[in-house]
Amino acid sequence: MSTVILLTLTGLGLAALYFLIASGLSLVFGLAGVLNFAHGLFLSIGAYATWWAAPRWGLAVAVPLGIAAGAATGALVEVVLIRPLYKRPTEQVLVTVGLSLAGVALLQSVWGADPRTYPRPAWASEVTTIGSAQVPDDRFLLIGTAVVVLLALLAFLHKTRYGLIIRAGVENRDMVSALGIDVRRAFTLVFTIGGALAGTAGVLGGMYFGSVSPGQGASLLIFAFIVVVIGGLGSVTGSAVAAVVVGLLQQFVNYYGTAGAGDVSVVVLLALVLLLRPSGLARTAATA
Amino acid sequence: MILRLRDLSVRLGGSHILQGVTFDVPPAGVTALLGRNGVGKTTTLRAILGEVPASGAVEFGGEPVLGRPTHKLVRSGLGYVPEDRCVFGGLTVAENLRLAVRGPDPDYDTVHELFPELRARAGQRAGTLSGGQQQMVAIARVLLNRNRLLLVDEPTKGLAPAVVSSVAAVLARVAEHVPILLVEQNLAVVRRLAAGAVVLEAGRVAWTGTASDLLGDAGRTRTLLGVGRS
Repeated sequence: MSTVILLTLTGLGLAALYFLIASGLSLVFGLAGVLNFAHGLFLSIGAYATWWAAPRWGLAVAVPLGIAAGAATGALVEVVLIRPLYKRPTEQVLVTVGLSLAGVALLQSVWGADPRTYPRPAWASEVTTIGSAQVPDDRFLLIGTAVVVLLALLAFLHKTRYGLIIRAGVENRDMVSALGIDVRRAFTLVFTIGGALAGTAGVLGGMYFGSVSPGQGASLLIFAFIVVVIGGLGSVTGSAVAAVVVGLLQQFVNYYGTAGAGDVSVVVLLALVLLLRPSGLARTAATA
Repeated sequence: MILRLRDLSVRLGGSHILQGVTFDVPPAGVTALLGRNGVGKTTTLRAILGEVPASGAVEFGGEPVLGRPTHKLVRSGLGYVPEDRCVFGGLTVAENLRLAVRGPDPDYDTVHELFPELRARAGQRAGTLSGGQQQMVAIARVLLNRNRLLLVDEPTKGLAPAVVSSVAAVLARVAEHVPILLVEQNLAVVRRLAAGAVVLEAGRVAWTGTASDLLGDAGRTRTLLGVGRS
């Protein structure tokens, strides 16, 4: 029983990371139609910013700085690189792939390829006993943050005018423009939000794995893309549900099956969803 | 003239869809844009709105507007009711309307007077409405704002005859205050609403004149529109 509890909470912790990355990715694709392979770079920049700032100013400053760095990177990439290419999707994909590769190379050149030990609050290194299981406290940090982010995103999407524009734009962005709304401002906003969420995932990922490395964002991005497709493009709630399914499946199959079987099972799940429910769990890809 | 099109051309995917369309829309009443399927009527509206790349000239209220972003053009007073309604199915009726509000003083009174049903269905998702109710939402969106011209694309398409009649009645009332460029296949509706008519054929203007001259001549209607007198 203790193993099941530990695997469940660890799987949910991983799901929290996937959700934080996938929700921004999903909104960006759903609204702007951009397949953003540079999203992992937003994560890495957030993670490295916190790692760099923590010894200087402490985590209370370093964590918001990491999130802000992710957000600023997202906004900058949209304005400088993506905006001129909205009518050229092939070039857009090439730019984001190139940026992702260049970003990893840049981080390697500055801080090296080796993983760096990541700072975390002292309490996150302790464990809590649940039943007979000793659960590391960082799992609760990840899960709690993801729940708060999910509720905040849903409130933003349902209670604000920009949330309304984003939900409508995910359905039909041309019609949003035809109502007199500058939908490209919303594009910048979703890139900024996506960058902030990825930065948050970078910080929490560093605490979860205990280290940060230049390729960490790219490797997490693969599973985040799978979560986006399973959850339904443009659906935040779908991403949350899909992240939980993927995180738990990966953990349990990796533990009870052979090494790497968890990753394979996630790909099999992706194939099944594409065959049986191509629009994802949310089905109606729109809205929250 | 509220709208002038001069030599408007559109190429999409290797097809030359509009090949130098030229016509004017007067500042009052309904002007019908007619033609068989696929002659470029909807493309003309989308080119005016800047939704498809076009060459030539478009003047709205005396100002050249071709190439201007769609949202700016709409904010300058060009309302658009698209073909197939294009309501946001995942949003409620109230949210669809709220999204369309452009200014500080939206005219909900007119909307609720013309479409009292929308008030009762404010909390219902627009995707679950009937075709006629979705058309009410699509028209209501432009009535919330002060416009100088409405582009209305096949508002009666796929609707039951009783609903067609009520949509036509609403458009007739709207046209008392704002000019309309109307794409419509239902010639009975055109006869009821339109003063002027422009007929497209293979991406060009084949005929312009009054709607009564066009529809009163069975031979001309058959030749230009491929239908008998309705």
